[in-house]
Parts: sequence; structure tokens; C-alpha cells
Amino acid sequence: MLRFTRLYAELDRTTSTNAKVAAMARYFAVASAADAAWALSFLSGRRIKRLVGPALLRTWLTEASSHPSWLVDECYESVGDLAETIALLMDDGSHEGATLDVSLGEFVDEHLLTLRRLEVEQQQARVTAWWTSLDAETCFVVNKLLTGALRVGVSQTLVARAVAEVGDLPRDVITHRLMGPWTPTAEAFEALIAPDDGSADVSRPYPFCLAHALDGDGDLDETLGATDAWQAEWKWDGIRCQLVKRVGQIFLWSRGGELLGERFPEVIAAAAELPDGVVVDGELLAWAEAGVLPFSELQRRIGRKTVGKKLLSDVPVVLLAYDMLEQDSDDLRALETSERRGRLEALAREHPQAFRLSEVLDGRSWDDLAALRATSRERRVEGLMLKRRDARYDVGRRKGTWWKWKVEPHTVDAVLLYAQQGHGRRSNLYTDYTFAVWSGEELVPFAKAYSGLDNAEIGELDRWIRKHTKERFGPVRSVEPQHVFELAFEGIASSKRHKSGVAVRFPRIVRWRRDLSVEDADRLDDVRRLAESVS
Amino acid sequence: MTRPLITATRDGLACERGEFVIDPWREVETALISHAHADHARAGSQRYIAPHSSVPLLQRRLGASAVIEGVHYGEQRSFGSTTVSFHPAGHVLGSAQIRVECEGDVWLFTGDFKRAADPSCEPFESVSCDTLISEATFGLPIYRWPPGHVVAEQILAWWDENRAAGRPSVLFCYALGKAQRVLAELAALTDRTAFLHGAVAPLVDIYRDAGVVMLPTEKVDLRAKRRYDGELVVAPPGASGSTWMRRFAGASTGFCSGWMRVRGNRRRRGYDRGFVLSDHADWAELLATIEDASPTRVLLTHGRTDVLVRYLRERGFDAAALETSYTDGDGSVDHEAEV
Ligand SMILES: [Zn+2]
Ligand SMILES: [Zn+2]
Repeated sequence: MLRFTRLYAELDRTTSTNAKVAAMARYFAVASAADAAWALSFLSGRRIKRLVGPALLRTWLTEASSHPSWLVDECYESVGDLAETIALLMDDGSHEGATLDVSLGEFVDEHLLTLRRLEVEQQQARVTAWWTSLDAETCFVVNKLLTGALRVGVSQTLVARAVAEVGDLPRDVITHRLMGPWTPTAEAFEALIAPDDGSADVSRPYPFCLAHALDGDGDLDETLGATDAWQAEWKWDGIRCQLVKRVGQIFLWSRGGELLGERFPEVIAAAAELPDGVVVDGELLAWAEAGVLPFSELQRRIGRKTVGKKLLSDVPVVLLAYDMLEQDSDDLRALETSERRGRLEALAREHPQAFRLSEVLDGRSWDDLAALRATSRERRVEGLMLKRRDARYDVGRRKGTWWKWKVEPHTVDAVLLYAQQGHGRRSNLYTDYTFAVWSGEELVPFAKAYSGLDNAEIGELDRWIRKHTKERFGPVRSVEPQHVFELAFEGIASSKRHKSGVAVRFPRIVRWRRDLSVEDADRLDDVRRLAESVS
Repeated sequence: MTRPLITATRDGLACERGEFVIDPWREVETALISHAHADHARAGSQRYIAPHSSVPLLQRRLGASAVIEGVHYGEQRSFGSTTVSFHPAGHVLGSAQIRVECEGDVWLFTGDFKRAADPSCEPFESVSCDTLISEATFGLPIYRWPPGHVVAEQILAWWDENRAAGRPSVLFCYALGKAQRVLAELAALTDRTAFLHGAVAPLVDIYRDAGVVMLPTEKVDLRAKRRYDGELVVAPPGASGSTWMRRFAGASTGFCSGWMRVRGNRRRRGYDRGFVLSDHADWAELLATIEDASPTRVLLTHGRTDVLVRYLRERGFDAAALETSYTDGDGSVDHEAEV
């Protein structure tokens, strides 16, 4: 545990991304596989299912600290984090340097997870024994593991970088291996850093290539060069996914690493005729005879694990394919966009029922494409996608390969960070929300919105907020960053007065993006670019 | 009930029967000064009374023309119908608690104080009284300070680490008191030279003249094209983010303050390292001081007075918050900065 506690302290101390990666790499290099597996799991934001509720911990803290409960509450209010409040209140200076003499893996497996099997009194005895015997740093980390995620400013991407360094493997191999469900065991970690023999799990998708928002108001000849260097497609408003078919099995993956097959049986059925060793990148869309349906229709399908006949016929879903990442079990990602597109078209010709092919738009000039883009709304698309014809399929959001050229109103995918009770009729519900986008590793608040959700959603979100409050500041609660919402604005402009650097006018919630994970939220740079493109 | 000996007026903590004001925030005739921090020592009064060792610091703060009379700790002086004495507060060099007695009624104003060992100033002295006016800046039990020499070891380890990596260590601490305490604590561990910001250097000179042993120091030379890789630079928090910082490219930054006890504060301030070092009493020191003074009444200023008031009342004390300009107005900013 000592090593892990030190790692935590090191990560907590520095704001430098490189220093964080280096610290994690040093840890992974010396930790046992079992320890490394748990460390990786915690550092990348996974958490163990709640072992003890916060109310119970506060009661135990009141007893163990022999402070009146109102004083414990005052302290919690001031610190804002229960794990830390406990560590600070129980630190009387008498257990300096007292760490846990077991490894992280042993601690989690034998001491932490086994709490579940104990009666409440035994749980209390075990947990308060940690509090009264460990130094403040260890006590804090133990409490963090006990109460939830570590939140030490590292993302799965950074963890993957560190593991890649230790395993001396390309970063995308690690990212690839980390996609989807991952169980923290010694075997899993060993497999993670094993030499790349290509025998990866048959289900694994590839890391998605992501697009940057384009400021389309500048001179595109200057910023992007000649039009014919770019492949233009519609930017659809659906669920990004990868369809994987290998050794007779079909997997449909969301970007959040979820398997969607059960929810979209018609997509799986259609793909049955595809040959093995194929991976296609695309978008799930609700598509009736008349054409694409609004996203809100597709949303009716997202929430359901199993779908009834009526919903299936009301809201049929198709896979709109726009890229091909694997063929005959060969990784195609190093090929140029135009070559991959050619192969995708050939596949579509051979198997016309397997998926729908995304149309490549014919625009000789940027003006032509701008004119097409202007028709986006009537076509129920969000704008255009521009993909460089000579580019490989990149990992993550590398700049300059894929651009999304959206139409207004501007929409931004943002993370719910704070909530406040509303006024009047809804004064007992949390209905005023503050949303954030990514700036580096940090979520920066940039917009407040009050409207856009229906009553059922408001109720659901209200309950969730109450259960997942991190800190309270008067009437405002901060919540765990977990839910992503699409926001629309009447206007957006650069602003020096706001920490985010942008000011938004009339923000509203377009929809709850349950299909997106926090990592998928937009980046402040993109939002700023939007602001500049309007003002 | 008898009239209170000391009341908070618009002038400051005024003692009518002694015809003086303690730490006045307006111009008065006679000012008794607890210590030389800006929120306690303001210019413009006709004469100032303070402990000898604080006089050079006060002269610097109040101007060469200010009339300052030094007294010895423990020396009894008469003001009106009162008897007054100053007692070490352990806060900074020359800091004092002020004891005021009138007709057998004893009041004690702690000023800013701490009880922990500090090689740069006179050690705190326990004084008993009937009414105690105490600060409560860190009035929550989450605040507990590690000993200063332990923090000094942490600072040295950080400095060594940066030295090995060839980058400057810029340590931000309040220019008066904290900076000299750090330099004095470090002197027990190393004899390497520390470099000082222009706002810190003259105060270090005054401490040195008073006989405080500190690291050898040099002023940061603004003109010379010198590099400070591997060096320790001590600067006031105000220098953070200023153009002055440009000459220390790639520096690791640290901040010494009691607030650094809480992780959220460490992260919000954006320094690379936060060192828990305060010149104020922590929760246990506040309680110990109240216990030692065994007053019948406690009045609290600064910080979480509400919490400590409730805590003391539940323990049978007659306790109340004393509204002062320390906590309300510009003073609070100064006070926050110094901790
Ligand atoms: Zn002070
Ligand atoms: Zn003060």
C-alpha cells in the first residue's frame, strides 16, 4: 500500500501530464501484476461497488473522533470530501509514518472487498481500526478506495500511456486492449503488457478516430487547402459505433465501450452476411422508409436492453457505415482514407443488405460544400464531416485529420458538474444545472441551463444528483462528473470575464446523451473555436 | 454587570479607562500594537506602544516619522486607571498578547498567536485572565499542524529534488514572519544560500539584526543575467504569476500556509507543492490556550468564530464572537494572506 499511497501523493502534487505519466510508469514497473491491475483500475476511474454508504461513515466518524456530529458536519462542509475529512479529523499526529503492511492487491481483495460479508458492527470495527492506526496519507487513500473513485487528475488515456511505456508497446495496442470490460486481476494485467502477438480478444474494437470542430468562417482554401484533398460526408446525429465480425461472431460497440448488440438486433441480423475479419466504423441511426428519424426517436431504443416488436417496427435502426478498419483480419488503419473508402464501397456492393453506406458528397469547391451544408437542417443532419483523403485512421482526436463542420445552432456535449434547486413550482427539485467541458485533464464550467428536459428526466436526474453529491456550497451541489448533455445556444462569444473564456446566450438542454461517456464531452478549444467562428 | 474593559469600536479594540486602542484601524492618540502585520499595524496614530523587538519592523511599516515606544515583555505600564503588559504571542518577531488589568478585572487579547516552536521569534507564554479575546482563524478540528522542523525537512527534500532536476524552487510565503521562520528552520538542516525577493530581503535583515539565525541569503539580482537552476528562491505570494517570475522558467513552486492542510486549497491555488506551515494556532492550540487562561468569558475574532463559539458554549463557557474589522473589510484580506 505504501507504494500506491506514494504514487497517489506524487500524482496529486503535480499538474504536469508528463510527470504524471512518468510517476505511473515507475509504479507499474515495480508493482506486482495484481497490484498494478488494481492501480490501473482505480487510476482510470473505475471504482468498486459501494461497500459502505457515506451516512454510515459519518456516523462512525462522529463516534471515532469523539467530536459532536454538528462539528463533524462543519468539517465535512469545509473540506468537501468525506475521505479527506476522515483522514484530517483522525490524524492526531500519533500515527505518523504508520502505513499498511500489505500490498494494494491484498488490501483490496482480502481487507476491502471482504467487508461486504461482515455485519455492520464488524465493518465499523475494521474500518475505524484503519482510521485510528494509519497515517493521514494512507488513511486518505484507503478512504478513497472505500468511498469511490480516486480522482487524482489522470484519465484512462494517461494510464494507457504509462502502461505502454512499461510494456514497451505502442500506445494504441494498450488502448485497444483496455477497451470494453476489464477485470483487475494479475492475469489481466499480464495480458495487457504481453508482447503483441495479435491474438487479442476477438471482440475488441479499435480506438475511435474523433473529429475537431471546424471554424468554417475563415478562408477554407487557406486553412484546409484544396477541396479535393478532402472527403466530405454528412455529419449524422446518431450513436457512433463499431461493428466487429470475427470468427462467426458479431459485436456492436459504442464509443463508451458498451456492447449494444442486444438493443439493436436488426443491425446484428443484417451484418450476419458479412465475411469474418471485418470491422466497420459508423453511426446507428433510426431510419424509416421516409428517411432518417430524429435522434429523440433513436433514444427510445437506447434505454431498452430488450426491444419489443412494436418498437422495432416503429423505430427501425440501421448502421450507416463510413469507414472500414479491418478486412480479412488485417488492420487497415494505416491505409489512406481514400483506399479504405474504396474497400468499404466494394464491401457494400457485395453485401448491400449488411449496412447502409454513408454518401460521399460531391463538392468541387468550398463554396459548393458550404451550399450543401446550408441544407443540413432539412436533411436532419448536423452539418458536414471532412476527412483528409490521404490520412490514416488516427487514434483519438488528432488535429487536422477529421473535421466536423456543424451548422448552427451550435451544440456542445457537456458534462453536468453542479446543480441547484429551482424556483417556484420546481423549488424542491434540482433543475438548475451547470455544465462543463474538457480543458486538458480538467472539466471547466462554461454554461448554465434550466430547461430542455421532460418531467420524468428531471425527476430521475434529481434523484441521481441527491445520491451523487460531492460537495455542497450553500444551495449548490457539485456532483460526480458522469452525465453528458447536449446543449444548444442562441449565441456564443469569447469572453475575458469568464474562466472558460466563452460566454453563451440562452443555453438550453437539447437532450440527455446517455450514449456518451464523460470522456466524449467536447473540449474547451472546440467551444472557443465555435465562439470565434460566430463573433 | 460591569462595563466591559475592552470593546470593539469603529477605531479598533478600544479601552476607554486606559485611553488607548489596541491594533487600531483608524488614527488614534495611543495605539498598542500586537504585531507588525498590516492588518494590525496601521499608520497615522500619534504614538505607538509595542515590544522592543517589533520596533524596527513597525518603523518600517509605519514610516520613519512614526513615534514608537518599545517596552519589555512582562513590563507593567500604567494607562489611565489600567495596568498593561505585553507577553510573547509566538506569532512573529516581537508579537505580543496584551494583558489589561483594571480593578482586579483581567483581560487578555491574544493577537495572532501560535504555541508551536519557532526559532525565529519569542516563544508563546501562557497568561491567565478573566476575559480572553482570542483569534480563531483555524477554528476547525481538521486543522492540526505538523511541527515546523518536519515541514522544513519536507521543504528541503523538495528543494533537493528540484536541484537534482536542475530547476529553481520558488517558495511563496508571507514576507514578514513566515519567510524568516522557513529560513531559520532550514538553517538547522543546511547552509546553502537562499535567494530573496525584494520584498522579503529587508525584513530578513531586521531579523538577522535581532539575532535570529537563518540561511545565508542573497537578493535576486534583477539586472544580472544569472540563472537560478537548483536554487531556492523565497518570494511573497503576490509575486506568483507576475513578470518577476519569468526569470525562473521551469521552476517548481511551493506555498507555505495553514490552508494547505486541505487538498482542495492546495489544488485551487495551483502551486506544485503546498506546505502546511502556519503562524497561527491550530484547533488544539486554540483549546489549550483557552484552558490555560481559564477565563470566565471568551470573545473570538478572525475565522470560524461561529464554530468555536458553539463548541465552547456546549462545554459551559460564556463565549461570543467579537465583530471586528479583522474579519470584515480589507483587514480580512491581509489576514488571509499572512496565514
Ligand atoms: Zn499576524
Ligand atoms: Zn492578523
